[in-house]
Amino acid sequence: MLLYLLRRVLYAVPIALSVSLVCFMLVHIAPGDPINAIVPPDAPADVVEQVRKSYGLDKPLPVQFAIWLGHVVTGDLGRSLATGRQIWPDLSSALVNTLLLAVVAASMGFVGGCLLGCLAASFIGTWVDRAAVGVAVAGVSVPHYWLGMVLVIVFSVTLNWLPAMGSGPDGSGAFGLDWAHLRHLVLPALTLCVIPMGIVTRAVRGIVAEILNQDFITTLRGKGLRRPGVLLHVVKNAAPNTLAVMGLQLGYLMGGSILVETVFSWPGTGFLLNNAIFQRDIPVLQATILVLAMFFVVLNLGVDLLQTAIDPRIRRA
Amino acid sequence: MSASIAMAAPRAAAPRSYWAGVRRRLGRDRVTLVCGGVLLLMLIAIISAPYIAPHLPFQGSMIRRLKPIGFPGYPLGTDELGRDMLTRLIYGGRLSWIIGITPVAIAFFVGGLLGVTAGFVGGGVNMLIMRVTDVFYAFPSVLLAVAISGALGSGVSNAILALTLVFIPPIIRVSESVTTGVRSLDYVEAARSSGASALTIVRVHVLPNVLGPIFVYATGLISVSMILASGLSFLGLGTKPPEPEWGLMLNTLRAAIYTQPVVSVLPGVCIFITSICFNLLSDGLRSAMDVRA
Repeated sequence: MLLYLLRRVLYAVPIALSVSLVCFMLVHIAPGDPINAIVPPDAPADVVEQVRKSYGLDKPLPVQFAIWLGHVVTGDLGRSLATGRQIWPDLSSALVNTLLLAVVAASMGFVGGCLLGCLAASFIGTWVDRAAVGVAVAGVSVPHYWLGMVLVIVFSVTLNWLPAMGSGPDGSGAFGLDWAHLRHLVLPALTLCVIPMGIVTRAVRGIVAEILNQDFITTLRGKGLRRPGVLLHVVKNAAPNTLAVMGLQLGYLMGGSILVETVFSWPGTGFLLNNAIFQRDIPVLQATILVLAMFFVVLNLGVDLLQTAIDPRIRRA
Repeated sequence: MSASIAMAAPRAAAPRSYWAGVRRRLGRDRVTLVCGGVLLLMLIAIISAPYIAPHLPFQGSMIRRLKPIGFPGYPLGTDELGRDMLTRLIYGGRLSWIIGITPVAIAFFVGGLLGVTAGFVGGGVNMLIMRVTDVFYAFPSVLLAVAISGALGSGVSNAILALTLVFIPPIIRVSESVTTGVRSLDYVEAARSSGASALTIVRVHVLPNVLGPIFVYATGLISVSMILASGLSFLGLGTKPPEPEWGLMLNTLRAAIYTQPVVSVLPGVCIFITSICFNLLSDGLRSAMDVRA
């Protein structure tokens, strides 16, 4: 087990390095000289040269990558072009907001998806199954930024029940655990949860239906075990795969919430990314994507390890 | 000699074969037929846009802005610049479909080629291709699309490029795994021991058996691709105004949700319908072609 753990962790290192390489290259696939992303177009030539030197842009790419990586590892993500501020403080508070939204949405999607999936699998082939699958297909097919708009129209514009924008009453972006703050979370989380709900429903339906077809379930029923007892066995067998699906969904939500955050002006990483794109603030774009991708790598690792811990049958390299 | 026998084998198949079965199963599947029909109608509409659209897509009118559905002469109302919604929805489908489908089509060829190569050749080639794929898998798809097109800047071709890069890795994974499965089957072994060259084995025995599953998987990606493509435009990364495109229209109409809520969500309805139809069509194809994925 320890050996497996070590091997799996070691395997994540080259992935993490390659991911940072891709993020590093983002600045260089941007059209034109990367220096143009840093200095304004009307800067005098000697200033441009000076900046080029100070950023190390006159060195060969591999050297630049090493220097950049050294800064990143020590927690220095650089400065924003638009504001001139250090990126990390802004990014970390945005991360907290995005994580909050993603965790709430993922939990909602997980609970809803498990319920619908189990329902569908238990009544497979009936109208219950068809209805649950229909909801799941709609969930994965709906453009969530559009769903966000529709929810705003219904619950904010028409009914005036919930706020349409921001994360708190004072617009500061800070979060509190009272209704004044939580009501801002309802619509974005609801919008974001439909995708994981659809995916989890489909996955759980498949997993549970397959388990229900296996011989040991027939045996359990044959020896007179009642429904709750059988359910316990089903859950135990379905948990590892379901967890894997869910863990990845949380990661997708972290990265995918950019559109929903834009719709609701939610002060998270997506909002930061959107601003960075508009102002062509490439360092912020790069740093945000690097941090989110690293989070996803670690999450993948965690899900794999957890899955192995629950189900000793899996010992994948 | 042996190669020609191997080549002749699949052509000698009985007429009432696999594909006849697929067609029969599709014919019975009402949901898939309806979805296919809806998509076909949409395709016809967007191709013949100049002939069926009631107005011109760029012609606005300051005095007829944000009119409701059913306004005389404008069956679906007008947008924030007084342009006919119906016309722009029909024209908008053109770019939405192109940016949505092209990446999956390119990724199907490139990813399929790389995946089949990795699966068939194995060894170091497989290692190289699959490890590079793993790196791109480490990014959530939306994030990767936004990152690439954000760095490249807005524009239709940049959006298509970004989405293509997003969809190549999953197609490589699927093609590699089906090819690895087929490669170890007895008939491939038989062809190899009877002296067929690698190219012949791939062409005659591998491709016909792996293309189906890869194709079905790719059709399932179109739904996601349509949503992402319009999503990029929604963020201002795909199309530029005044070009009609569903995602961009949704973005510019966002300010109108207080005055004309129903009209402002219409482009999203188009994206939703297209996406759900492609999704169900892919599901139908999967069960008709009996592909497990």
